[in-house]
Amino acid sequence: MPVETSSDFDAVDVREASRHYGRRRALSRVSLTLRAGEIVGLFGPNGAGKSTLLGILSTLVRPSSGEVRYGARTASELGDALRGRIGVLGHDLFLYGDLSARENLEFFGALYGVPDLGARVQAALGEARLEDRANDRVASFSRGLRQRLALERALLHGPRLVLLDEPFTGLDDESAALLAARLRRLRDAGAIVLMATHDFDSAEGLVDRLICLRSGKARELTFAGERLRDRYRRALAEEWS
Amino acid sequence: MRVLRAAWLIARKDLVVEARSRELAYTTLFFAVSCVLVFAFAFVREGRAIEDAAAGILWVTLAFSGTLALGRAFERERQADTLRALLLAPTERAAVYLGKLLGLLVLMLAVEAIIVPIVGLLFAAPIGRAPLLLGALVVTGTIGFAAVGTMFAAMLVRAHSRDVLLPMLLYPIAVPVIIAGVRGTAAIFAQEPNLEAAQAWLSMLVFFDAVFVTLALWTFGPVMSE
Repeated sequence: MPVETSSDFDAVDVREASRHYGRRRALSRVSLTLRAGEIVGLFGPNGAGKSTLLGILSTLVRPSSGEVRYGARTASELGDALRGRIGVLGHDLFLYGDLSARENLEFFGALYGVPDLGARVQAALGEARLEDRANDRVASFSRGLRQRLALERALLHGPRLVLLDEPFTGLDDESAALLAARLRRLRDAGAIVLMATHDFDSAEGLVDRLICLRSGKARELTFAGERLRDRYRRALAEEWS
Repeated sequence: MRVLRAAWLIARKDLVVEARSRELAYTTLFFAVSCVLVFAFAFVREGRAIEDAAAGILWVTLAFSGTLALGRAFERERQADTLRALLLAPTERAAVYLGKLLGLLVLMLAVEAIIVPIVGLLFAAPIGRAPLLLGALVVTGTIGFAAVGTMFAAMLVRAHSRDVLLPMLLYPIAVPVIIAGVRGTAAIFAQEPNLEAAQAWLSMLVFFDAVFVTLALWTFGPVMSE
């Protein structure tokens, strides 16, 4: 559940954000709004700019032009404390293989200043269903187990903005269903969830809004009564201005 | 206080990881001992080394083995992109730099605690003549070298040619530290020791450390933003 602090916000507003890497344009004047209590699906072909957008929202990447507002303030106005309101599950999982599951959670929890850390870590291990592997080194885990642990690592500090890059990778059907349930609980608790994925089956019925990126340009798609995969394919077949 | 606490957490994590794998300690120590042995075969004749050779060989060994440790320490952070996770923590990014620097310093100083006596033994260097002064030279020289190296190793963590680029960037900047270390150590090891000169070189190393650490703390955050 998101923890309310002075650096809290209930919406994220991306305004005309562009990002260039040399002559390559990764994002081109992207504008979108993310609100508390919704799960937004971010779809697009490889190289469309999804990771760049997630990087900008996480504050790791600076936009070349445009701005991102967290509530009424920008990242520079909110300072370092803003990062305590953001949880990121990257494509790489941000876990230390030589540390155990418990040690990974304890390390990152301490770094984020999570109160009552022992109980929070135990609860997170329970959510990841890793109580019996809590003291095993992460290097010995399968991709699916690491994925479950990485999600708990990203959520341990109760972030308001949750950025997920391919969260269903490596998960079996049961784990994917549990992840979907977890994301719905986050949404109900008021988190802002942005999920980049190619897994339309898992995202079906989970996302409230659909944003499609192509060649660095973003477009919001309505999909009432239509399957996500069909809507996405139809969008890619259309002309993009 | 929050910065120092975060730095300590990161350094402690690095030391726990190293205590388990011992990868850096073994590779760095093995490389440093090999280096000293090769130089000993080249420069020691009938138990006598060329004048000032011991000081130069000690610092070349410390620089080369330190470069190896720097590269490997950040390779660990690259494997699961954990450096990004550290940069996402809600603390000043200087804490990440300080934590990595502290962890590397502990490792490099532990290796040096073994290498200095070996140099003394193989090159008949009088390491007991002014042990505190020699220790201070080694510690301050290591801080200066690691301060610059940690900065560049972090910057290069996602570069394809990082193993080539790290020494190319590091050595030209760190060369004043190595020269000061060599001259200060040579002043202690000389047949007619000049401890005042060694103290002057030590003062210069303290100055370099202050400059390098301050500059690195100042620039680390902006440099690490993509």
